[in-house]
Amino acid sequence: MSEATQQAGVTLRSVSKRFGNRLVLDGLDLSIEAGAFVSIIGRSGCGKSTLLRLVAGLDAPDEGVIAVGEEGPAASRRASGHTRIMFQEARLLPWKSVLGNVMLGCAVSESDHARAALREVGLGGRERDWPAQLSGGQRQRVALARALVHRPSLLLLDEPFGALDALTRLEMHKLVERLWREHRFTALLVTHDVQEAVMLSDRVVYVEHGKIALDEPVPLLRPRTRTTPAVAHIEGRILQRLLVPEPMPRGGDVKGLAA
Amino acid sequence: MKTSRTWGKRVVPWILPMLTLAAWEVSARAGWLSLRILPEPWAVARAAWALVQSGEMWSDVKVSAGRALAGLALGGGIGFMLALATGCSKPIEAALDSTVQMIRNIPVLAMIPLVILWFGIEEQAKIFLVALGVFFPVYVNTFHGIRSVDPALVEMANSYGVRGFALYRDVILPGALPSILVGVRFALGLMWVMLIVAETISAQSGIGYMTMNAREFMQTDVVVVGILLYALLGKLADVMASGLETWLLPWRSPHTVRAPRRSSAAHAALTGARQRLFKRRAAWRGAKA
Repeated sequence: MSEATQQAGVTLRSVSKRFGNRLVLDGLDLSIEAGAFVSIIGRSGCGKSTLLRLVAGLDAPDEGVIAVGEEGPAASRRASGHTRIMFQEARLLPWKSVLGNVMLGCAVSESDHARAALREVGLGGRERDWPAQLSGGQRQRVALARALVHRPSLLLLDEPFGALDALTRLEMHKLVERLWREHRFTALLVTHDVQEAVMLSDRVVYVEHGKIALDEPVPLLRPRTRTTPAVAHIEGRILQRLLVPEPMPRGGDVKGLAA
Repeated sequence: MKTSRTWGKRVVPWILPMLTLAAWEVSARAGWLSLRILPEPWAVARAAWALVQSGEMWSDVKVSAGRALAGLALGGGIGFMLALATGCSKPIEAALDSTVQMIRNIPVLAMIPLVILWFGIEEQAKIFLVALGVFFPVYVNTFHGIRSVDPALVEMANSYGVRGFALYRDVILPGALPSILVGVRFALGLMWVMLIVAETISAQSGIGYMTMNAREFMQTDVVVVGILLYALLGKLADVMASGLETWLLPWRSPHTVRAPRRSSAAHAALTGARQRLFKRRAAWRGAKA
């Protein structure tokens, strides 16, 4: 909060990735301005998670260039503390206490930072519990605290709310949005929930057939309410484009979307 | 009502053993049971007490336990280190694992003639047999434990900059530990089996020597004392293994405790009950081995 976090933009240039014979990403171009909150939506298997893993440096692209912040593409981004990823599952170490999990990869002297991060996500006082004693939402909060302790300039979120119940998910939305406003990191969220994407992000990107099929800005003031007509309007517009049927002899012109 | 029920639960399991003991005593006294086959329980107790008083028992137990632990440390240590190497490095696995798996199929007891040729009937032979017996369960379970660590956790730790030694200390070894402890448990059981065999073949000291010596003089009571001693030591090893599990895996017991903060007393009772249950389950798993 008091420490200003550096922001990092992300640039992908003609990035391709194939698994076996299947081309998952096909010459994808995407540029994300520093400090923005961008959501990537798409059907399951469209390559949105692959995209995130490439940006995180967990996988390497077959072709193309990915640049995060000022670091060159050759720099080992994985080693730097600037990019942090939150997965669909919390991926907490069951044999470490909540505090121990948050301090993963930190020096022992940083325990105050870790405690502060836990307080920020509303889990102050649970430091000594085991992950098995927490609910699904609380585990994701711990994962969020673990990411924030490193003061990331880029936070990657891989459907982290997908497995939560509706109420917990709303709470997590508020929490992530608040922390994003306070810390000013760049956020890249992968989700299949259009409403979630519209509520949280400045820009919604739809990936289809390994390419970006739609890039929709969300120029709404925050905090947003899901009942606002403007939110519903943008959500409806995106959904309408998404629901264009797959290539049909006479139906909608799907190729037109990619243009 | 409730107290009488729990009291009953505690007493009922003991009825059959006590009746057996009484029947044994009565039939021995009545002369139905030859002293050559089984001595009366009372004579066994007297023999045990005599051995305690003369100090023989303590020195024999000490020697036997020393052999068992030396073999365990040697075989278990080598098995653990080797599994660490094969579990963490694919090239080493390719080079060694299939060889180890092949040797594993040789029954250890079939090696006895060869072991006697190699080491004679001295201490080395006994320690070697125990070491050989405990090596495989420790190796196999450690290897399996390392390989079954959730790759998602390793990936997560990697993305947080945890690698090298820290990765083993924080992620891989704790993840493999439950399986390693299962291996240790198997090993402790095998340790006594191997020791009994080794000491029965030949020994100048130890519990095996005590019983074989007694056999020559037809002291069936001392033989029974020896058998009971092995049983007691085996049980002791098992209790220690389960203690090791509760001590090293505290994160496994609070499973499914959803609201630990509601009331501290109730929580303590609940955790206690869970731990007992866990222990019992672990004991069952050990017994299956």
